[in-house]
Amino acid sequence: MKILSVENVVSGYGSMEVLHGFSMDVEKGQIVTVLGPNGSGKTTLLRTVFGEVNPREGKVFFKEKEIGGLPPEQVARIGISYVPQEHNIFPSLTVQENLEMGAFIRVDDWRPRMNDVYGFFPDLTGRKKSRAGELSGGMRQMLAIGRALMLNPEMLLLDEPSTGLAPFLVNQIFEKIVALNQQGVTIVLVEQNAQALRCAHKAYILEGGEKKAEGNAQDLMKDAEIGKHYLGR
Amino acid sequence: MSTAFGGILSFIASFAIMASIYAIFSMGLNVHWGYTGLLNYGIAGFFALGAYASALVTSRLPTGELAHYVKQAFGLGLPFLVGIAAGAVAAGIIAAIVGLLTLRLSEGYLAISTIGIAESIRIFFNNESWLANGPQGLIGIKQPLRGIVQPASYPFIYLVIVLIFLLIIYVAVERGIRSPWGRVLRAIREDEIMASADGKNVFFFKLQSLVFGAMIMGVGGALYAHYSAAIQPGVFEPLFGTFIIWTMLTLGGTGNNKGAIIGAFIVWALWSWSTFLIMKIVPAGFETRAPYIRYVLIGVLLVLILLKKPKGIVGEERTVSRY
Amino acid sequence: MIELTVYGIVLGSIIALGSVGLTLIWGITDLFNCAHGDQITFGAYIALLFSTMFSRIGALGSPVGPFSFGWGVLIAFVPSIVISAIVAIAIDRWVYRPMRKSGAHFIAAFIASIGVAWALRGVIYIIWGADFHFYAEGLRPALQLPLGIRMRVDEFFIVGLAWASVAAVYIFLNVTKMGKALRALADNPGLARIAGINTERMIAWAWGIAGALIAIAGVLYGIETQLRPEMGWIFLLPLFAAIILGGKGSITGALAGGLVLGVAQQVSTLWLTPTYKPAVAFMIMILVLVFRPRGIFGRRQAT
Repeated sequence: MKILSVENVVSGYGSMEVLHGFSMDVEKGQIVTVLGPNGSGKTTLLRTVFGEVNPREGKVFFKEKEIGGLPPEQVARIGISYVPQEHNIFPSLTVQENLEMGAFIRVDDWRPRMNDVYGFFPDLTGRKKSRAGELSGGMRQMLAIGRALMLNPEMLLLDEPSTGLAPFLVNQIFEKIVALNQQGVTIVLVEQNAQALRCAHKAYILEGGEKKAEGNAQDLMKDAEIGKHYLGR
Repeated sequence: MSTAFGGILSFIASFAIMASIYAIFSMGLNVHWGYTGLLNYGIAGFFALGAYASALVTSRLPTGELAHYVKQAFGLGLPFLVGIAAGAVAAGIIAAIVGLLTLRLSEGYLAISTIGIAESIRIFFNNESWLANGPQGLIGIKQPLRGIVQPASYPFIYLVIVLIFLLIIYVAVERGIRSPWGRVLRAIREDEIMASADGKNVFFFKLQSLVFGAMIMGVGGALYAHYSAAIQPGVFEPLFGTFIIWTMLTLGGTGNNKGAIIGAFIVWALWSWSTFLIMKIVPAGFETRAPYIRYVLIGVLLVLILLKKPKGIVGEERTVSRY
Repeated sequence: MIELTVYGIVLGSIIALGSVGLTLIWGITDLFNCAHGDQITFGAYIALLFSTMFSRIGALGSPVGPFSFGWGVLIAFVPSIVISAIVAIAIDRWVYRPMRKSGAHFIAAFIASIGVAWALRGVIYIIWGADFHFYAEGLRPALQLPLGIRMRVDEFFIVGLAWASVAAVYIFLNVTKMGKALRALADNPGLARIAGINTERMIAWAWGIAGALIAIAGVLYGIETQLRPEMGWIFLLPLFAAIILGGKGSITGALAGGLVLGVAQQVSTLWLTPTYKPAVAFMIMILVLVFRPRGIFGRRQAT
């Protein structure tokens, strides 16, 4: 089933148009990565899907229902969680409290879920009472994702999770993403780092707000042309 | 000239004098806020300094019997124009000191600091009786060209004087804002970071703007002192000395000199005429409380302007420079 | 000196009540609420309205235990708190919320809050006039304590209730889900939204809490001194100084700031005339802004 369908979306901020008609499809259970350089519109894409930005043209479908124009508070409730690139934790709250906030809108018992999340990111268990702002980059990223997981999302939107991380941490994060996906979470991963292709099923290349390429992630990785133009090889 | 007609003209003259003085304050605020983006909530302080400086410089030290009742630090007995200049200079100097201390602060903090400064100035004049007679203030301030006409017609003379200053200041500010200096100020308001990236010493420009605007306010204060011939610290309190001017500029149009003047006239009209109207319609026994209806009116007016038309009636000017 | 310090703690506790509410709002909505002082005045006068009503009902007029004020005043706390909270939420709904929605610069809300302050003060003047009022006529019993301190019995109540209220807010913010959400909102409003939290509803809660604290502060100040329409404005500079000293959004900071301001202002009367007190508050504020802008407990702002 197509869990996410973006059709010819045009969106931007004020007088500035960033996405000039982008389309993509995500099958349930996939990891789809959107690669592109700075300023290509990757963040705008995620923000449009999540409702922080309204699409000016085009449609966004989640589980075959249109969600374009829904505000973030509602999108969070239908099964999508979003991890922004920056400011993605509550710095003066503890790790535990960050996760609690992630579960804020749940009406059922979130404790089992929290145990799952700690199980998934064991490094966080030792720092439950630490203030999130004091964590290292890698731990912060894990907490940011953990916060988003508290709602048991069907689909996770990740904005450049590898930002500012040392290479072995980057590997760790990507490994976690794959593991998460194996538990059934569909993942849309927006990245500058071409490493993302290794864990993805499908990939899109986004540059200047336009789709430049799409296809099977492994194929794209091997394609020399793509490598030259977009991946800096 | 029948006395009724003369009376109306006189009323209009008095209204126009105060409105013009407030227009001068508004233009000063426009230099600070409209053009440079400085949140000056201490206009009352510069108002007071201008008024007191001019009063002290132009009056003579009291002698004999009067000396018992009126205490003054000094009195130079100099002419009116020197007084006005003194007002401008006093305000300018204090503005420079204040600026050195506070201009590096971000906007909100600057605003609150200026409130404190104005209050401190007022309290200072109130407490330090040796300076300017404390709470009782100064009376008998010199009024220029008083002897020329009959007392009843004096307002017209003073109106002409005030209008001349209004015109001079208007031209000065307009010239200033269209000059390269003025363009830097505007750039600072738009985007301080970019302005400093351009290599401009943002702090220094802000300081100049603060001093320039303050000097204008000092002139306004001095003109006020000579008009009302008597001043006390209680006059320079936040409502009349600061916030009514903010309402005027916000209403008339931030960043627009004509707007500053128009806003001043409209708000002052509302203020003085509403007293008149309120007195007519208010039931007996409530007379003492009626003036406070104006507080509500001004407060609500300010809020409404900000909600509906934040750019004011005239609006911000689109082009500033000839280039 | 000690007596002044003690008295400073009493006043400082009242200032702290105002500061805690003010810093809560500042942390969550970025607003320096210039109407805070006048809202405090309003709370005090509403309580006066109800206490005069209640005190006419027989025994409610008689003093509570050793205090100077009657049961009428005590009961009047309730309507004052409720009405203050409602007024605070209403002002936000009609004045500040539209500005948030339209993405207005935070300065607009600041200036608007000044308009609100004037309007509120005008209303108070119109309804109650410019005279002083008291919650209770008559004697104000005092106690002689060791170290030559003379304290009014009322002042124990004042300090007790003030600190209890601040403690209650602190507990609320750190233990309850709603409280944590408020802290989260102050930390990172964008992320709170992303997590699905209804930010406007949270802001309303914040104003409700601030309104309650405002009412308590007003009544306590009225008990301590007297009621007059300008009373809140006099508070404003110390309130701003206290929250700047304490740091943006910090409850402990606001408490500490309030106490410091209270004591500093009182102790300053050893050397300066009492009318200089607001200037003292202002001095402290400037010193903090110049040397440590984030305050005692504030964090370095990323702007």
